[in-house]
Amino acid sequence: MDLTELLKIANAERNKQKSIRVHCCTSTGCQAANSLSVKNNLATAVKESGLSDRVEVVGVGCMGFCGRGPLVQIDPEDTLYEEVTPEDAPSIIDALNGGVVKPIQGDSQHPFFARQMRIVRQNTGKVDPESIEEYIAVGGYQSLYKAIYDLTPTEIVQEISKSGLRGRGGGGYPTGLKWATVAKMAGEQKYVICNGDEGDPGAFMDRSVLESDPHLVLEGMAIAGYAVGANHGYIYVRAEYPLAIQRLQKAIQQAKRYGILGSQIFESPFDFKIDIRIGAGAFVCGEETALIQSIEGKRGNPVPRPPYPAESGLWKWPTLINNVETLANIAAIIREGADWYSSIGTENSKGTKIFALTGKIRNNGLIEVPMGISLREIVEEMGGGVPEGEIKAVQTGGPSGGCIPASMLDIPVDYDSLSKIGSMMGSGGMVVMDRATSMVEVAQFYMEFCREESCGKCVPCRAGTVQLDALLTKIVNKKATMDDLTKLEALCQMVKDTSLCGLGITAPNPVLSTLRYFKEEYLELIQANNLDVSLTS
Amino acid sequence: MQSILTETKTSRSQTGNSKKNTVDRRLKALNIAIKRNQYHQDALIEILHKAQESYGYLEPEILEYIARQLKLPLSRVYGVATFYHLFSLKPSGVHSCVVCLGTACYVKGGGKITSAIEEKLGIHAGETTSDNQVSLMTARCIGACGIAPAVVFDGNVTGKQDPETVLQQIKAWQSEAE
Ligand SMILES: Cc1cc2nc3c(=O)[nH]c(=O)nc-3n(C[C@H](O)[C@H](O)[C@H](O)COP(=O)(O)O)c2cc1C
Ligand code: SF4
Ligand code: FES
Ligand code: FES
Repeated sequence: MDLTELLKIANAERNKQKSIRVHCCTSTGCQAANSLSVKNNLATAVKESGLSDRVEVVGVGCMGFCGRGPLVQIDPEDTLYEEVTPEDAPSIIDALNGGVVKPIQGDSQHPFFARQMRIVRQNTGKVDPESIEEYIAVGGYQSLYKAIYDLTPTEIVQEISKSGLRGRGGGGYPTGLKWATVAKMAGEQKYVICNGDEGDPGAFMDRSVLESDPHLVLEGMAIAGYAVGANHGYIYVRAEYPLAIQRLQKAIQQAKRYGILGSQIFESPFDFKIDIRIGAGAFVCGEETALIQSIEGKRGNPVPRPPYPAESGLWKWPTLINNVETLANIAAIIREGADWYSSIGTENSKGTKIFALTGKIRNNGLIEVPMGISLREIVEEMGGGVPEGEIKAVQTGGPSGGCIPASMLDIPVDYDSLSKIGSMMGSGGMVVMDRATSMVEVAQFYMEFCREESCGKCVPCRAGTVQLDALLTKIVNKKATMDDLTKLEALCQMVKDTSLCGLGITAPNPVLSTLRYFKEEYLELIQANNLDVSLTS
Repeated sequence: MQSILTETKTSRSQTGNSKKNTVDRRLKALNIAIKRNQYHQDALIEILHKAQESYGYLEPEILEYIARQLKLPLSRVYGVATFYHLFSLKPSGVHSCVVCLGTACYVKGGGKITSAIEEKLGIHAGETTSDNQVSLMTARCIGACGIAPAVVFDGNVTGKQDPETVLQQIKAWQSEAE
């Protein structure tokens, strides 16, 4: 396979595609709402109405508006249908022939869509994730070709550094710097790991990328491998994502068949193979050192850093580990250039970020927005606000993050602004809470999660999360005193300062941030106890 | 009537055999997985997944067998099997119901769904009903947060559930079994 052949495949595929494409979402959310039957019925309707010569029905990845699925979108006229039932199929096809439509028509110009900026999710919802030809037709794998033939590994690393891209897995570490470290290491063997463990409960950005555009991630991994001098990659995906695993397997097979993965990629001396590793339900395995243990077939216990994986990682070889979304940005940066990428976003946070907008919000789903957009724009304009009542807080960063009170909705969403107010960007979970939600219960919810997920290797986290959970439960049950609150605060600090890995270090964050902004809720629950005590005595 | 009779008759005459057949089939699947991974010790998790898929759970003999095949100490195999939440050392029921208690589902009432089932079936999350029909489990996000609260019935993800719809499904299973 060389460039001419790649372009030939792209052309052939574009010529093959019909002038009207009926896109039907076949990602997990919509499948759960019966989208496969919708797709079947659409295909039948096309056949029966004799439109087969110009209309085709295509199963595509997540369109983002998962809360209103199953979604069907017509290309190129961009009509959107929401909550489509299999019975709606004939009238949707009929509409293409001038008929009157009955199914619920959505608004593709709604701020939920209009305010987005799609880099990672550019093809998502437009291409069939199970077809490498469709990916190639939209320019896929041309960045890999360019990387191998037009750029040196050093130039690629420089380009990524210049783009300002930072890790999307939660830490926000500059990606170029990480690549440079691994590239510098001597070692006959190096590895690239794609972290698809997506542990934050309430977040599904990575799942959607893997399910909707798996080749984009493979291309990013291969470019990373070429840049740092690795010829073997692993994608670690959590077992809870069977559809993502299945589509990745298929994508890897297809790429191998075309000589885009495997040995002598594009007839160059560069070899790169990718294997999938499946998790088994342990949040801590998202932490990079634990993840490496897990790939080696061991218990996922974190190990102290340094040495960092960049120096001594998988089987002690230098290892580059990046998040799914980080790697999904690479092809676009190589294609469009670092200057283009760094023109998007803020001073220290470049590019876009995908968020999973969930909880008490009208428009549930996934959005990709430029860094620096205000939280208010996301929640109120794109998300449509809280369905009933008022918004109280937005949780970002999952179990490691914090709760942002409604009064601070105007902050820009970027790494630094979120950390400054005691929350964090995290991986992209954004859970909206209304006035009916108790913030102390939310803090307890996360602490229970951390207690259950603590790997038990170090005492501060193992014992600390148990005690913190017990204290919070006591407060929630109106059995606590002011002493308990003091203990809670001290214990948070201790666990934060002395735990071994990120899980323990950040576990107190949801408590600390709710204490900071919603202390009155803690006090009310404690006062309720005092009242009880004085009544009974 | 006719068909039921003939069915029982054939199945009775084959009971001994067919049981042996299923055992063989499961073991064969496991052996294929071990071979495909070339007896590599680092494939332990993959192999445990496969074993659980074929046998339904990881019984002690299976763990011993895997340890022998991969030349790993049994303690290491147990250590891994008990570390990861998705591996089960206990048999599960005919049907499984997994309620998501990730943040998005929690905020939208996943907890109420769990309580309703616990009350209805008289079991706690992580347990199986005494008639071995239904296992109730919880998960921390299955990535269907956009349609929260999510519940997985026998591997099928469903969204926007509430106690009523979930109890209906369980009732359907129960009447099926009668
Ligand atoms: C407890 C814990 C869980 C984590 N979970 C994930 C995860 O699910 N996905 C992820 O990409 N990174 C996760 N991380 C961060 C990884 O350790 C690592 O920093 C990241 O994969 C690096 O990729 P990036 O630089 O592209 O973000 C987690 C860290 C900790 C401490
Ligand atoms: S901080 Fe917690 S999760 Fe991390 S190593 Fe210690 S016990 Fe394990
Ligand atoms: S799963 Fe269909 S739109 Fe997200
Ligand atoms: S929180 Fe339940 S599916 Fe994500």
